[in-house]
Amino acid sequence: MSLLLQYTLLYASVLILVALGGCFSEHSGVINLGLEGIMVIGAMGGALALKMLGGYPVIVILIVTVLAAAICGMIYSLLLAVACINFMSDQTIIGTALNILGTALATVIIKAINIAENPDDVSSNVQYIQGKKALQINIGNFQLNYFMIITLVLLILSYIILYKTRFGLRLMACGEHPQAADSVGINVYKTRYMGVLISGFLGGIGGIAYITAGVSEWKFENGVAGFGFLALAVMIFGQWKPQRIALAALLFGCFRALSNVYSGISLLAGLKLNSTAYNMMPYIISLIVLALTSKNSRAPKAEGVPYLKGMR
Amino acid sequence: MNKRLKLILKNPGFQSFLASLVCIVLGLLIGYIVLLFINAEGATQAILMIIKNFFKYPSAGAAMKYFGSTLVKAAPLLMCSLSVLFAYKTGLFNIGAAGQYALGAGICLYCALALRLPWFVCIVFAMCGGAFLGVISGILKSLCNVNEVISGIMLNWISLYTVNTMLAGVKEETSHYTMNISNVNTDALLPKLGLDKLFTNNQYVTLALPLSVIVAIIINIILDKTKLGFELKATGLNKFAAKYSGMAEKKNTILTLAISGALAAMGASLFYLTGYEQWSVTSSSVPAMGFNGIAAAFLGGLSPIGAIFSSFFIQHITEGGAYVDKTKYCSQISDLISSIIIYLCGFVLFMKQFMNNMIRRSELKKGGKG
Repeated sequence: MSLLLQYTLLYASVLILVALGGCFSEHSGVINLGLEGIMVIGAMGGALALKMLGGYPVIVILIVTVLAAAICGMIYSLLLAVACINFMSDQTIIGTALNILGTALATVIIKAINIAENPDDVSSNVQYIQGKKALQINIGNFQLNYFMIITLVLLILSYIILYKTRFGLRLMACGEHPQAADSVGINVYKTRYMGVLISGFLGGIGGIAYITAGVSEWKFENGVAGFGFLALAVMIFGQWKPQRIALAALLFGCFRALSNVYSGISLLAGLKLNSTAYNMMPYIISLIVLALTSKNSRAPKAEGVPYLKGMR
Repeated sequence: MNKRLKLILKNPGFQSFLASLVCIVLGLLIGYIVLLFINAEGATQAILMIIKNFFKYPSAGAAMKYFGSTLVKAAPLLMCSLSVLFAYKTGLFNIGAAGQYALGAGICLYCALALRLPWFVCIVFAMCGGAFLGVISGILKSLCNVNEVISGIMLNWISLYTVNTMLAGVKEETSHYTMNISNVNTDALLPKLGLDKLFTNNQYVTLALPLSVIVAIIINIILDKTKLGFELKATGLNKFAAKYSGMAEKKNTILTLAISGALAAMGASLFYLTGYEQWSVTSSSVPAMGFNGIAAAFLGGLSPIGAIFSSFFIQHITEGGAYVDKTKYCSQISDLISSIIIYLCGFVLFMKQFMNNMIRRSELKKGGKG
């Protein structure tokens, strides 16, 4: 049972981080469908840092890895910001392009590094067994992962920033009615840039948290298996509100965790369901949940609409 | 600028062509720069390999044979890009094409290997499967307000796992690939119509090639010349205007995604029923064909006829990627190039605006003189 709790918390942390990223971007008015790609690039930065920092003290590993992932995510999210804010591109096309580009870019970079190290190694795997151990503390048979703590801190921070600071309220104004926001002197372009960059920051950390959950090496050809989109579903189910996102993420995280641990729970093992059924579960549940909750969606009003200063 | 040049430049078709050309050139250029970063020595040769693809073979026979192979894979890609662009005309982004393609592959292989049905029945069943997925997305979109991109992605993963389970029964005992159709049920192989002779006896060149081009032309006619096409495009341009003028915009959404799904699934059967490739039942991601279809659709300027050429081009560089020097680079460099091209396609609107502004400015100047 403690294993189920552990994996639920781990996956929920990832979903919270990435969904919060989507939340900031959409509150500023930019739909971020590229979260999946941002996660991959963040994961790549973090994994490379973990691999190189094997023997260093825990605190160094933790800070450098998280920063590497976050910075990679932010740089990558700039591609979305430039195209959608300055060039008024279709946000769906750019988001999708970022997802495909993320996996391709990470594969090419990792393979190039692997080939340079050893010409016979043509895989796209990165190993980080040593570094990964530093990210966990054992309390009894429960493994506490530092990312759970980081997530909790970032979740509370996000709530405060969105609802209690001048910046957060201005950010949300840009997503609801950018013309009105502009008329009272808020720079809509700058604010939207901030929204997208924050989503890159959170998405990048979410990426490294995801690939260090459970496994100690990652094959980058596979991307992150639709987790970025699950996070978007969590965000919609959470009605773009941090506190509700956290609850939604716990629910989805639990279903995702089941596919890792179902064989250890006698009640579920007795059902004799195929492992495929558990793999499919999070996606099916999210479809059902979306179908039931999207009707009265509280999406930011101006999301997806490029802002043009002269437009009425 | 002289008058005739300006007339050509004003033509939207030519503008799309020019914009696509810019995307391709920039995409290849960025790909080249990435290659230079990885290993400067062989970069020029590698990018030339990608551009050349089958032209690298000195003998005309071998080149024709591999040209045939590129075409065999370009046909399903064309179908996927038709699927994406058809939905996009109604303002829908069918990223679910990848899952519809996967389910189409699963159903047609199951029909061919387990039920031993002839090829045209396999295609029809596959199309029904793809249409079914499309209808799910369509209903969720029009009745429950679920973004079709998110439902599409969820359905992609669901269909991948379903297909893996479904085909586990018809796989070879020693490997994780499905059985070879030519050993089990030759009726399910697409007829060759003598086309294989044209490509130095490339047995995989079949009816699929002309069929996919015919479908592209039919889609073009549907979009341009029929009431249905007009309604779909009107719904895409302004949903509310379409609704006010009495069009059933909800029905149109569902219908569009159903047709779109059927197209993608048909593409899968046009590929897997040639016997060129088998499905691996341990696949951990949906085939890239559906995503490449997005690239081909936008690169072709969202026109079915343009898609014929753009799908060939995308497949051409994807195949070319397999020929790069594996001791220095990896074949995914062509995936990188095509994804950069999709990204750049997002700027097409801006490029067209830029061209139109330039023309207008030069016209204004002339007007001032007169």
